[in-house]
Amino acid sequence: MTTVAARPPAPQAARRKRTSSGGGIGRYILIRFALIFPTIFILVSMVFWLMRATGDPITAALGGRLGPDQLAERIHAAGYDRPILVQYVEYLGNVFTGNFGTTISTNRPVTEVLLTYGVATAELVFYSLVVAFIVGIPLGLVAAYWRDKAPDAFLRVFAILCYATPVFFSALLFKLVFSVWLKVLPVAGRASTGSELQMQFLPGKTGIYTIDALQTGNPQILLDVVSHAVLPALALGLLTAGVFLRLVRTNVIGTLGADYVDSGRSRGVSEYRLVTKHAYRPALIPIITVIGLQIALLLSGAVLTETVFEWKGLGFQLAQFLTARDFVAVQGIVALLAVIVALSNFVVDIIAAVIDPRVRY
Amino acid sequence: MAGSGMTDTEMIATSIATGPHKRNRLSRLPVVHQLRQSVGLQRGMLVVGLVISGIFILTAILAPLIAPFGYSQLRDANGAFGAQNPPGGSHLLGTTVGGYDVLSRVIWGAQTALIVIVIAVILSIFAGVMLGLVSGYFGGWLDRVFVVVFDAVYAFPSLLLAIVMSIVISGGRSNLIGGVLAAAISITTVFIPQYFRVIRAETVRIKAEAYVESARVLGASNARIMFRHVLRNATRTLPLIFTLNASEAILTLAGLGFLGFGIEPSAAAEWGYDLNKAVSDVSSGIWWTALFPGLAIVLAVLGMTLVGESLNDLADPRLRGRRSVAKSSGLVAETSVVPGGTVKDEFEVPQ
Repeated sequence: MTTVAARPPAPQAARRKRTSSGGGIGRYILIRFALIFPTIFILVSMVFWLMRATGDPITAALGGRLGPDQLAERIHAAGYDRPILVQYVEYLGNVFTGNFGTTISTNRPVTEVLLTYGVATAELVFYSLVVAFIVGIPLGLVAAYWRDKAPDAFLRVFAILCYATPVFFSALLFKLVFSVWLKVLPVAGRASTGSELQMQFLPGKTGIYTIDALQTGNPQILLDVVSHAVLPALALGLLTAGVFLRLVRTNVIGTLGADYVDSGRSRGVSEYRLVTKHAYRPALIPIITVIGLQIALLLSGAVLTETVFEWKGLGFQLAQFLTARDFVAVQGIVALLAVIVALSNFVVDIIAAVIDPRVRY
Repeated sequence: MAGSGMTDTEMIATSIATGPHKRNRLSRLPVVHQLRQSVGLQRGMLVVGLVISGIFILTAILAPLIAPFGYSQLRDANGAFGAQNPPGGSHLLGTTVGGYDVLSRVIWGAQTALIVIVIAVILSIFAGVMLGLVSGYFGGWLDRVFVVVFDAVYAFPSLLLAIVMSIVISGGRSNLIGGVLAAAISITTVFIPQYFRVIRAETVRIKAEAYVESARVLGASNARIMFRHVLRNATRTLPLIFTLNASEAILTLAGLGFLGFGIEPSAAAEWGYDLNKAVSDVSSGIWWTALFPGLAIVLAVLGMTLVGESLNDLADPRLRGRRSVAKSSGLVAETSVVPGGTVKDEFEVPQ
């Protein structure tokens, strides 16, 4: 991966800057918000046309099992025999109102599947980000401070290893060592069956197991839930931790050479404070920007991690639907994930603009 | 920084090759130049990366000679191999749940990976560079549409895009040629936006240079300007993206294989597929079916990434090893007129 700097502003933005005399944060948010729609439109359309290029979903899912007459009947009932443009417009309208169709293999609304399993994936991604921050940022500071010395050499190799190890391989290794050989952590799933049953009938059930476990007020259930999350979060988090480490290192090396750091040092500011305050703060901005890109990477990684740990989230479901060749469901999940990525990029850009006025259009 | 100015001139001198100190042909090759430029840890990383990548490529090419068995071989003269045999005996790394020899599949897997990388990278360089060049050179509404579309594609989770593409190309099931092509094209789709961005940005910059203007005044055609004047000068960063993408290609291929979009085991060996089959083995404590294909992926990616990282760091003056900085600041010190040393010595703050 290249060292990711802040994304270059779009060409329209550059021109706007020349014609108008700048603008406030409100204006920036509006423009940036308006840009989401073409992105989502392009992504959703792309998914639709690509998936439909293979033929209609009914034949793909049930082709081997039903006779030609039954197939034609099902295709007609679902409306897949109409002109593709009509279906496209209808699909866009449905997506706009939040209707992603009905799965073929399980006959459930895709939206329901997305809601049920989406929270599980969100929980996993959240934990992984926590791991990535805890591991990546302090180590990045260490590497930058001892630049070209032994700790730096070691940490850079570590960062590259984090990136070079496919997330499903590290997941398998963790599982092998901690669950099978040492037997200290559970092998798979989000919680043991007993805990799941207890959480099933909570009145304020959120689907986010950590919160549900807290609601039961039973420390054992909480421990159970957290211990199930450790390995998946570690596997997925280390992937991002490597990226954070390198990014913090690069940027802190840049800011450590700045004049204001020298002037701080001449005033007798301690080295620790120089690194953790003076050099670190401005180096954070590119990280915030990169989190936007990391969300896409994390979602890809979540699909693989969930498959290894049978973490019942969107990725796990996606793998199942792929095996069942249920392309309506696949299309829905992929489209939703694309929308999530577009939205999180928007949020990240806004946060970056609030922190750093130079970013604004 | 004094160092960056100096080396920029060097770079321009090497890329145009008209400076007074013209370098010889060998040191102008992309990687050789960087190898000479690097120092200490950076050189170590570059060398280790080159060695690992070299081993990977050699293994891939020589697979038929090195591998003890075929990738889909289930039996030899002594009968069937048997499933899940631990390492040892005639199967150095054991056998898989499907009864294949692990070592042979790991070695043959290198070949599959190399073929996919080569096809994917060539396709994406070709498509991405062409689109970026045309888009950046002509500008206008086409450029704006391309930028918006490729930005959207760039934001898409790459593995999901690869999955969708592989469904489109092969319906998710594949033989050797279909599978390799499907994987390569899927990976290509993911990479095109990256090449597009880089080449477009460079093209927009170079288009404004005086020599492009003068070529146009002389009556050169658009095609001639694009390929002779712009493209030649816009490709400086390509080796860097190339190595980084090659490593990402291996990961994407393995990811596809792991999700069951790989190549059938009878058609070719693929590390991701083998890892997928190893998931259930791991739960019962069988480690060799997962460990070795996984290590193969890690090593291959590690080698390529080390090379790419080093090239990246060497291209960035802030991160380049310190010898080059010291060397050029030495030049500055020589020309400075403070008697008895540099300014810094005179004003050193007492501790």
